[in-house]
Amino acid sequence: MSTKREDGRGPEDIRPIKMEVGVIKNADGSAMVSLGKTVAIAAVYGPRELHPKHLQVSNRARLKCIYSMAPFSTTERVRPGPSRRSSEISKVTRESLEPALFLENFPKTTIDVFILIVQANAGTRTAGINAASLALADAGIEMRDLVTSVAAGKIDGTYTIDLAGKEEEATDCDLPIAYMPRIDKITLLQMDGDMPVKDVKGTIELAKKGCKILYEEQKKALLKKWAKEGLE
Amino acid sequence: MNVQDQYIINLIQKAHRIDGRGLEDFRKVTLEKNPIGQAEGSALVQIGNTKVVVGVKMGVGTPFPDTPKEGILICNAELSPLASPNFELGPPGEESIELARIIDRGIRESKAIDVEKLCITEGEKVWMVFVDIYPINHQGNLIDASGLAAASALANAKMPKLEGDKLIYDEKKTPLPLKELPIPVTFAQIKDHLVVDPSLEEERAMNGRITVSTKENGNVCAIQKGGDAMTMANIEKALDMSVKKGKDLRKLV
Repeated sequence: MSTKREDGRGPEDIRPIKMEVGVIKNADGSAMVSLGKTVAIAAVYGPRELHPKHLQVSNRARLKCIYSMAPFSTTERVRPGPSRRSSEISKVTRESLEPALFLENFPKTTIDVFILIVQANAGTRTAGINAASLALADAGIEMRDLVTSVAAGKIDGTYTIDLAGKEEEATDCDLPIAYMPRIDKITLLQMDGDMPVKDVKGTIELAKKGCKILYEEQKKALLKKWAKEGLE
Repeated sequence: MNVQDQYIINLIQKAHRIDGRGLEDFRKVTLEKNPIGQAEGSALVQIGNTKVVVGVKMGVGTPFPDTPKEGILICNAELSPLASPNFELGPPGEESIELARIIDRGIRESKAIDVEKLCITEGEKVWMVFVDIYPINHQGNLIDASGLAAASALANAKMPKLEGDKLIYDEKKTPLPLKELPIPVTFAQIKDHLVVDPSLEEERAMNGRITVSTKENGNVCAIQKGGDAMTMANIEKALDMSVKKGKDLRKLV
């Protein structure tokens, strides 16, 4: 477990983390999360009335997540507008957040979560989920737990967390998870690669460990804004 | 008309504004240069609570048949629902297209970019400059925030290296060939009074709007009027003031 990574991190080290809530004044809740050079911002609007009416669900709120990348966020410009990739990420993001919410408390409404990747350098979906979860909490929406997310893999026989740069090509697998540490449940799990079951289990365990670190940072970011207002 | 609009109109008759500013005062303007590492150039501008990020990306493409020796400028604005409860998902609407086109015209008409220097092979290959405008929080006057951010992003942009057909983004050195810094300044007409840098509340109460983009030498390079009819006196006032305000804003770039 002593191999150095290209940016000098140890295998279980996450890139430098920065989190801040309340970055978008118009939104009911908002957050910025940066992990190294990846920067995600998220805004939550709602619960608010859902139009057109036929989309309303009579016994719960609808959660809508939209993930998008700014055209200038990558080396080669991304065409603005939805793509197949962004649509899938929007879906899995929604499914990773839904279990944390009490949607049944807000029938017929919508909770809209917009995630914008301003700068991309690996791990954008996980950064987006971290930001979205913080923004939901910042909006004052009751949650079972904060959702926290990170990807892990295995490089040269070593489980490695928060892959960045060329590591995404060197790893045996890329496995992002989203996790609710307090209730110990996984809400997002994707994997692509080629690995035996034992290793997959090991990778998930490491990712969970990383999530717990991010969890503490999320709580700090929330306290930084809200403790000031006497809600500690 | 709602109560707040009426209140703003009543105040303006006494030369007062709802946030206490003078008629010729901007809100606090801050500019952060190159906050986005992956972009060739970028800027984050805040005017009061309005926040806009602009990124410049470059690529290689084929020139238009009528301008075989000139590089291509493409301005695009995305009014993401992230920035305001009033923005909706979907293809670009009138408002975002107008915003992008006002910024585009300012840059194009002032000949800010030396497009002939962006020619690689005449008639075949030229540089394309993409200016992408992303409001993050909309509290009025997106135009000026976007224009200032675009000018700064272009001024601080470095071109990727071109080797044969390949672009090497890791080696950005040459600055973009820039000749001008066009700066738009926007005024709202409320009742018959003219105010600079309208806030969102004032935009709701206004009956007309005019944007004037000026160059460093004080020449006007683009105008866009919107809304109701405007008196010549107000138009003249806007033209004069835009040069002065443009000069102040240009210092930030």
